[in-house]
Amino acid sequence: MSCYDTIMDYGLRSLGYGERLLPRSDFTLCQQFVLIGSGMIWNVYFGLVALLSGFVLATALAVGKASRSPWFRKPAEWTIFLFRGSPLFIQFFFAYFLFLSLKGQVPAFDALTSAWLGAAVVLFFNTAAYSGEIFYGALRSVPKGEIEAADAYGLSGWAKFRRVVWPTTLRLAWPAYTNEAIFLFHATTLVFFSGFPASRQQGDALYYASYFADKTFNPFVPYPILAGYFVLLTLVVIAAMGLIGRRLNRHLPDAAGAPRRGGLRTIFR
Amino acid sequence: MFASCADPETLSGLNWLACYLTTGKHLAFYGAFGTVLLLLAVTAPVALLFGFGGAVAARSRIAPLSWLGRSYIAVVRGVPDIAFFLFFVIALDQGIEWLRHKAKCPDWDQPIRQGNDFIVCAEAKMPLSTSAQWVHEVYGFWLAVFTFALVFGAFAANVLFGAMRAVPRAQIETAEAYGMTRAQVFRRVLVPQMWVYALPGLSNLWMVLIKASPLLFLLGVEDIVYWARELGSTKTPQFTAYPHGDWRMWYFLFLLVFYLGFTRISEIVLDRIMLRLSHGRETLANHARTGPIGMNKAGPP
Repeated sequence: MSCYDTIMDYGLRSLGYGERLLPRSDFTLCQQFVLIGSGMIWNVYFGLVALLSGFVLATALAVGKASRSPWFRKPAEWTIFLFRGSPLFIQFFFAYFLFLSLKGQVPAFDALTSAWLGAAVVLFFNTAAYSGEIFYGALRSVPKGEIEAADAYGLSGWAKFRRVVWPTTLRLAWPAYTNEAIFLFHATTLVFFSGFPASRQQGDALYYASYFADKTFNPFVPYPILAGYFVLLTLVVIAAMGLIGRRLNRHLPDAAGAPRRGGLRTIFR
Repeated sequence: MFASCADPETLSGLNWLACYLTTGKHLAFYGAFGTVLLLLAVTAPVALLFGFGGAVAARSRIAPLSWLGRSYIAVVRGVPDIAFFLFFVIALDQGIEWLRHKAKCPDWDQPIRQGNDFIVCAEAKMPLSTSAQWVHEVYGFWLAVFTFALVFGAFAANVLFGAMRAVPRAQIETAEAYGMTRAQVFRRVLVPQMWVYALPGLSNLWMVLIKASPLLFLLGVEDIVYWARELGSTKTPQFTAYPHGDWRMWYFLFLLVFYLGFTRISEIVLDRIMLRLSHGRETLANHARTGPIGMNKAGPP
């Protein structure tokens, strides 16, 4: 079987298209590359969905936490504390069993017990909490002069926030937010190793990598392949976020180039 | 546990709960919290040691050593850590068995890798298949400690590498002007001064390490996640004196609360340490509070 056939059979295997049975013996390098690559679809999906939707909630959380009214501040603080203070791994487990028992009472929650929605919801809240804390930190370091300038121009309320405070917040938070995005993509590998089951062996990249490692009892091939894919994904994320960051800073004389990889956080949270 | 627990079927309400929560398996569950704390207590210093080695290597003037240190930091940080956990447990196990195989069975003529199998002679098995259950568990635990230390060592190396560079240049130059050798400068000036710069990063790392500890479950150690799944699942009257439905949700809620409390306490303690260390260093204290991302919530005003 040529490598082209393998790609046709397994290229979209993680979504359920193509050959139903996973290879069981005589594993070729091509099979490992194709299947693990196919699993990356899930990692990219989870990462993108959580990042894009989490961004909105993160902004709300940051504004809420900076708010003077306890009605906004307390819920935001608790959400951030809840999701930043506990391991993502445990959050996945808890959420899965929570959704399971919800489903027992209300059948409408059925979709939440499958990974594509349930895990995405957990990742959404998780990344929103981490990014919310980053945005909150940035929000508090918006230079006073800019706010005063906005006041002097007669801007207030929503207009001031949208045109002055928010852009500056994003600009300040962007390097840290890039980190968060990278680690979010890394975190997506936890999905199929926690409560959420992979239905019909449709899993993410790590799922297939560990499948091969279990079958061949040789970890030295599948895991480096996985690592290679993730290094590529990380580079793409850095490049994309760098482009956005450059656009955010386009009016500044010394437009910041690629974002620094400063701080530190991993997928475990 | 209690004498009144002899016949669970006659129990009800709180009595039932008290007996249920003190079954042998539940005691093992509580013991598993000790395993997690022990893992954290052992891993943290070992990871710091790895990190120190990595940072020193990355700073080295010998090019290959520097490349080694830098690639250690870059590779481990660039790849999802869970992949490393899954990888190292098999790789380390096979590596150790391979070495023992070479040493103990020199006249073994078959290849070690036969198709999909990894075969070493019986004497080289690690631990020996005849050894007691606890030996297997202790071996698994140390494998986990080593893996954790290796991964978190890379993160610690990154923090320490940055901290060593943060020590003011003037300090180093002054030391050199006093005629100290490179080793003396390192030992007497650089290392003592770098800790205060490293602390925000290291305390953040400690929080990350706490939150990584449930991954012990993936390394095959019978930890709290294992027991929560085991104890929480539906129990029928045939197999247990304490039948109940699917309670896994509540067990994991308990774990969630445990971790929230643990991280909160760590946060408070680390904030105190930072406050003490940065006493009288106003700029530094400010730096620490607004500093790297993922830092603890802002300290006291």
